[in-house]
Amino acid sequence: MSGIDDGDVILELKEITKAYSGIVALKKADLKLRRGAVNVLVGENGAGKSTMMRIIAGVERPTLGEIWLDGERIHLDSPADAVRHGIGIVFQELNLFGNLSVAENIFATRELTRGIRGIDHRAQVEKANEFLNRLEAGISAETLAEDLPIGQQQLVEIARAVSLDTRILIMDEPTSALSAAEVDVLFRVITDLKARGVAIVYISHRLEELMRIGDYITVLKDGQITGHAMVKDIDTRWIVRSMIGSDAKDFAKQVDHEPGEEVFRTENICLPRAQGGFAVDHVSIGVRKGEILGIYGLMGAGRSELFECIMGCHEHYTGKIYVDGQELKGRDTTRRIRNGLALIPEDRQREGLVQSMSIANNLTMASLGQFLRAGFHIDVAREAKAINEAIRNLSIKARNPEFDVTSMSGGNQQKVVIGKALMTGPKVLLMDEPSRGIDVGAKADVFLTMRRLAGEGLAILFSTSDLEEVMALSDRIAVMSNGRLVTVVDRRHATDEMIVSASAEGHKTKRMHA
Amino acid sequence: MTTATQTAAADSFSSGSALLTLMKLRTFIALFAVIIFFSIFAPNFLSTANMILMTKHATQNAFLAIGMTFVIITGGIDLSVGSIVGLCGMIAGGLIMYGVALPLGYTMYFNVIEVAIIVAVVGILIGAINGLLITRLNVAPFIATLGTLYVARGMALLYSDGQTLPNLTGREDLGNQGFSYLGSGTILGLPVSVWILVAVALGAAYFARFVPLGRHIFAVGGNERASRMSGIRVNRVKMFVYMFSGFCAAIVGLVISSELMASHPATGTNLELNAIAAAVLGGTSMSGGRGTIGGTIIGAFVIGILSDGLVMMGVSSFWQMVIKGLVIIVAVVVDQAQRRLQQRVTLMQMAKAG
Repeated sequence: MSGIDDGDVILELKEITKAYSGIVALKKADLKLRRGAVNVLVGENGAGKSTMMRIIAGVERPTLGEIWLDGERIHLDSPADAVRHGIGIVFQELNLFGNLSVAENIFATRELTRGIRGIDHRAQVEKANEFLNRLEAGISAETLAEDLPIGQQQLVEIARAVSLDTRILIMDEPTSALSAAEVDVLFRVITDLKARGVAIVYISHRLEELMRIGDYITVLKDGQITGHAMVKDIDTRWIVRSMIGSDAKDFAKQVDHEPGEEVFRTENICLPRAQGGFAVDHVSIGVRKGEILGIYGLMGAGRSELFECIMGCHEHYTGKIYVDGQELKGRDTTRRIRNGLALIPEDRQREGLVQSMSIANNLTMASLGQFLRAGFHIDVAREAKAINEAIRNLSIKARNPEFDVTSMSGGNQQKVVIGKALMTGPKVLLMDEPSRGIDVGAKADVFLTMRRLAGEGLAILFSTSDLEEVMALSDRIAVMSNGRLVTVVDRRHATDEMIVSASAEGHKTKRMHA
Repeated sequence: MTTATQTAAADSFSSGSALLTLMKLRTFIALFAVIIFFSIFAPNFLSTANMILMTKHATQNAFLAIGMTFVIITGGIDLSVGSIVGLCGMIAGGLIMYGVALPLGYTMYFNVIEVAIIVAVVGILIGAINGLLITRLNVAPFIATLGTLYVARGMALLYSDGQTLPNLTGREDLGNQGFSYLGSGTILGLPVSVWILVAVALGAAYFARFVPLGRHIFAVGGNERASRMSGIRVNRVKMFVYMFSGFCAAIVGLVISSELMASHPATGTNLELNAIAAAVLGGTSMSGGRGTIGGTIIGAFVIGILSDGLVMMGVSSFWQMVIKGLVIIVAVVVDQAQRRLQQRVTLMQMAKAG
């Protein structure tokens, strides 16, 4: 797209690179934000959108690169710096103080005071109510933040950002917890802010929203900018193409083999949610030997929770789980693993890896029992052999297995987590978003491995929020929405529309009830 | 311009890694530094008699520090070890002097080996109480072991109403003589307690590397959640480390009362702080996941030599405290600096590699 009207640029990022241990989240990314416009940012999970916003908000510092505001180079070393420059942000995760009132939340760190006589609570409540009324939120500023439902908490966050008199307002998936009516209100507020010259950065996965509200659009993929245009010039197909790239994911070819008999089945798995309702709502599902079952769903659909129930991480779930026709009795993870189940968790850093240990020790930590001599002595030679085998089989790029696991890229770290699970000798492998936060090459490796394992007779259950991925990899596709298993279809009969509409099913009913 | 910045970056990178190596060897450097310093400034420092005496002193810290290292690696802390030393010493003394009064008017006496076993079991039991408080009742390790610190010390004082139990020679007719062997006996010219330390240290180092439970200690401290998800029984690992720490404290209680041939209820006060200091000096990370038995032993010796050497130089005990404190703070500051430097070096590498 050549004919982009560059408008009135307020903030510019130049060649920003940000490296975390294990992954380069942004690679020399450039971004221009324009005054009085909605600058939309899209990309898949892990493309680097949130990282970029955290840099603009001063939460993270870029490893390399420059930030220019109004033609002047600036340094954002803390969120306070960003606020001083008129940058406000509404984070994806809620950042409210649950134990404080809504008014106190809105005025946190810049309390209205009456000289040395302390905080002027009455004035705060009055002004907070003003902001909330503008959002038509119907919230009293005196309620405690934790007493509000999630959607209203989100509105409080937005009210706080608006109250800052920002010149640049970042909204990271602001509508993910809002009802349709609340979204309409939010859009009216955005239009109002735009008219007052505020530059808005809007991040969302909901393409129809972007088309409705956006002025400029920037597409991120694997930490790099892959597309930049004015929204009026493009359509959703253009967005999807830029998001996915021309190298349209190099998925492993289907290896044709007939799945065997059923090895794994759950019956009526239920996990109550703390706020009422169910995170996992009566899910019954079965997987056959050598079959890949893809579970598609949006964020919060209950996929991770289902996997956690299966692995025995939650004490309060109900329902039955069978492996090879035998009901599993023990409810703890240790016994589940012994029974032939293994999980690749979604959050690699928090649940998958022990960052302080070497690659080798991470690989064998779950399966040390296999290498024992005399019941307690680890046979190091046998362990080393198994480690080398795993590194070769999964094509892990490890210069030396004794190095820290964090010295590798995210994709290789993911392979280590997979290797760890495989070394326990599972019959059923659960993979929660196995391609999250890893680069294209590693993705292809992971998918190839999944195919190979299925060919060897392993039953694989994987979850994803990537439509292409689920269509390309699965033998059967299950769709979850709002904790419920909406449908299970054979890959051959599945269409994109069918799956997308099924994934919204649970939310529709929720809104009707509300 | 670009080439200039690149060479500069490469320079800072290589000097960074040289600095890193230096920092990693800091405990060794510290050990040699104190030895060289005192051999110049303290008379008789290098005499054999003094070396053996210092080794004996350092041994007491080293036992506790080994147990403490495992606890700290899991991300916990054990403040109760000093009090366990006191209580175990009192129990050892009481068993030898008075035996156990049975209800029927008999009194049962134990020989020295039985006494040692009973005392070890008491230490392990107190460790188990710490472990249960932390795993089952979810009390923070700092608070749980602070509680047992007071309880154990109080019980040690109650045991004899605050009196010292003197003259633990035992009686020939009861067959419980020979308690002094542990503290003053020697094998091949080295004190018995040093040999026991060698055995315990080698055992612990072996355990950390070649036994699954030992490996799991590191995993739990590095990432408890990931460990649980990998099927490691986290509570079992934590129970073990506190029980082992209690066992190490019981050994020290036995060694000290055997050496003095008397049990005093205030024995071991503040020893937990020396143990923590030794572990930290030896490179054990207070945030868990990292640490070695070898490093801890060196750390214990640095602290032991430092305090004995200062005494020999005639430095006032008030200054000794100041110096010991400074050494510990510097050790931790260097540890943090090393971690940060290491992280920066890897991140820069990755950013460059793209």
